Amino acid sequence: MWSSGSRKEEPETLDRSYAERTSDVLVIGSGGAGLRAAIESKDRGADTLVVCKTLLGKAHTVMAEGGIAAALGDVDPEDNWKVHFSDTIVEGQHLSNWRMAEIFAKEAIERVYELEQYGALFDRTKEGKISQRPFGAHTYRRLCHIGDRTGLELIRTLQDQVIKRSIAFMDEVAVTKVFTDPKTGRASGAIGIDIKSGRLVLFRAKTVVLATGGCGRVYQVTSNSYESTGDGIAMAYRAGAELMDMEMIQFHPTGMIYPAGVRGILVTEAVRGEGGILTNTKGERFMSKYDQKRMELSARDVVARAIYSEIVAGRGTKNGGVYLDVSHRGAAYIKNKLPSMYDQFLEFAGIDITKEKMEVAPTVHYQMGGIRVDPETGETSIKGLYAAGEVACGLHGGNRLGGNSLSDILVFGRRAGAAAAEAALGSELPGISQPDIEREIDRILSPFSPGTGANPFLLKEDIAKNMWKHVGIVRNGEDLEAGLQEVQRMRTVAANVRAKGGRIYNQSWLDALQVWDMLLGCEAIIRSALERKESRGAHTRSDYPGKDDRWLVNIITVEKDGKMSHDLRPVPRPPPELAALIEKE
Amino acid sequence: MSLSLESTTQTAKAVRLRILRGVGIDPGEMKYDTFDVPREEGMVVLNAIHYIQANLDPSLSARWNCKAAKCGSCSAEINGKPRLMCKTRVDSIEGDITVEPMKAFPRLRDLVTDVTENWKVAATIPAFTPKVAPGQVWRFYQQDVDRSREFRRCIECFLCQDVCHVIREHKADYVGPRWVVKAASLDMHPMDGLNRAEFMKDEGGLGYCNITKCCQEVCPEHIVITDDAIIPEKERVVDRHYDPLVWLYRKISRSPSQVEAGTKKALKAVFWVTLLAPFVLVPMYFLAISLL
Repeated sequence: MWSSGSRKEEPETLDRSYAERTSDVLVIGSGGAGLRAAIESKDRGADTLVVCKTLLGKAHTVMAEGGIAAALGDVDPEDNWKVHFSDTIVEGQHLSNWRMAEIFAKEAIERVYELEQYGALFDRTKEGKISQRPFGAHTYRRLCHIGDRTGLELIRTLQDQVIKRSIAFMDEVAVTKVFTDPKTGRASGAIGIDIKSGRLVLFRAKTVVLATGGCGRVYQVTSNSYESTGDGIAMAYRAGAELMDMEMIQFHPTGMIYPAGVRGILVTEAVRGEGGILTNTKGERFMSKYDQKRMELSARDVVARAIYSEIVAGRGTKNGGVYLDVSHRGAAYIKNKLPSMYDQFLEFAGIDITKEKMEVAPTVHYQMGGIRVDPETGETSIKGLYAAGEVACGLHGGNRLGGNSLSDILVFGRRAGAAAAEAALGSELPGISQPDIEREIDRILSPFSPGTGANPFLLKEDIAKNMWKHVGIVRNGEDLEAGLQEVQRMRTVAANVRAKGGRIYNQSWLDALQVWDMLLGCEAIIRSALERKESRGAHTRSDYPGKDDRWLVNIITVEKDGKMSHDLRPVPRPPPELAALIEKE
Repeated sequence: MSLSLESTTQTAKAVRLRILRGVGIDPGEMKYDTFDVPREEGMVVLNAIHYIQANLDPSLSARWNCKAAKCGSCSAEINGKPRLMCKTRVDSIEGDITVEPMKAFPRLRDLVTDVTENWKVAATIPAFTPKVAPGQVWRFYQQDVDRSREFRRCIECFLCQDVCHVIREHKADYVGPRWVVKAASLDMHPMDGLNRAEFMKDEGGLGYCNITKCCQEVCPEHIVITDDAIIPEKERVVDRHYDPLVWLYRKISRSPSQVEAGTKKALKAVFWVTLLAPFVLVPMYFLAISLL
């Protein structure tokens, strides 16, 4: 059962050889969206291969805490998909794709029951139904949860289903490029680094699903994991796909700020869902100034801006945060409903949240923008290339509601997996051109070029500092331009980034390649932010403070003649029967 | 003057890390490198690793992901104890800090080990199997959920596997604590219809565990692995295989193919006699005594 391991020969640093793997469907990413896509694809009879950068089961989905939003109506029987649809569109500041929101609100319900039948153990109501907790800007109590470890349960449940179905997977493989068939333009495979052996692997596939998550790590203070570097966005863009609404970066209102070593770690919205109160150093419950009706449970963009404003106005703590207090709910209740928050504060900060206040400040949390996809199938603007989850765009508009991402990955992960499998089953294997492969191998191996160059770890820190400084919660044209210039300057540094050491599990090599993806993501965010001359949802411009309905457009980012270009497209209008459901603000 | 003063302050505040380096499984190729890292308030060992990569030696490899003790990627041995690097505060350790890779798994580079054999073991655990037909909405209660809940905290850091002497020293056919926890989480699922005792006894090798409780001491999620998962799973095996009445009953009811009809009939008779004997014999005994 357990071996002592076999000796692995380390390849020469400039070894250009590669192994090949062929499948009907290639799924890149093993978070909730990737695993759900793989399950669906396999169940429909397609030979499916999952590759992911992390170990299986470590994807950023494990970090999701508060719950999964679906209008079961188990706690509030008045709730139904129509209200969930309306909440999603209204709080998305009317930038969401109506059809995606409709599919999402309807199918989230089935996906939650399905997850339960896959083995997930949700908290229960007294009647034995699935318990649902309140969350910011959801009209009804809607978040099905597993204490405050909902994402962990979701990923483990799907992981078990993947193993049960014997779905092929290769973990710790960093994919660097998606190929398209030079004749037809269809997606035809990918290439990447098998991190454990240091060898290259070429993947040939009939269809490809991107489920690579977001790019939160381009910011200095973020709740995101190591892998959230926007690789999927960069790969899709380089393959010619359209990106959309890249300026929309969600700042979660509450991240840890103290001690410095743990800055950015998420403090779940469930703390406020369970009655947590925000106060400034004057002891004022300041949310009454910003949203008197919903208070702490207002939308994330509103609460994040409120906290930001309090700190800027000098009513923040010396560590640069505000207070969040849930101690009035009592120790037993807190330990039961927020067990990992209790542990997190006790172990990292030495604070007992059943007795003391937490110190919190906004942290970069989610990318609402991403690859533009077809609402029904998740197909991108490249045939045969699908995207689902955080890497895809269209559902969340200008601001994502808490809990909507977990249902998003299940609903659209499943749909992308289904469409990718159906398309693959009836088709021939498309081609990959050898020059394309060789060019990419050149790029992959370039950090091993002779000579000295930048340290990728330091460069990543600089990238993150630049975004935090110039492209934060409140933006302006001048800062954005400065941020863009800095990105261009760092590009020249990145051109000479160097890896150190051999090929087996070499992080400096992986990070050197990530740097380019991150800079591409940064440029797309900044250029889109410069483009949108208004303040809407997560995007606030101090030089254009108001919401302006001329900007009811989606900003498309696409490569034209080797340059990043933009296109403004009006947000599709819902049909009258759905428009009637959308509540007027 | 001011420069040297600053440098003295820095050294006084620095923390010294000894890190076991090397590529591959050959122990002869291992060596310790020493790094001095400036202290920061609330710093964890993983922060120190990142400092080294960015400022002192970019060739240092360590697996990490969430840096919030939620994913279980950054497992290592810190001063000989299996721990998460992201959860071990530097100020909780006096003196130098020695960081080594997990010893139970083959090493890849520096602090990174190959844990993939766990997936092969995972595939052997009988999967969640609902006891009711799909399609209906399930109803069960919080107390049913709570029995399994503890085990679902597992972040698969594999520190329990690392500390398990059965795996570490004997490479025996024992799935290890993580996978007993998995089996327990399924066995205690209110809607699961399987009993994994059979599997645990045979393929699972649960008998190898001699309850030293090392695994539950190192669990960063504070799962009481031995007391809450391993011992109950062992009890299931005992109930099923070493309780003579249960053994007999199972022979009769569950193994039609293995037992011939005649034998089965005889066994059935023995079973009922053994079961009912006390109720018949004891009153007869007292009756006999009272009559005499």
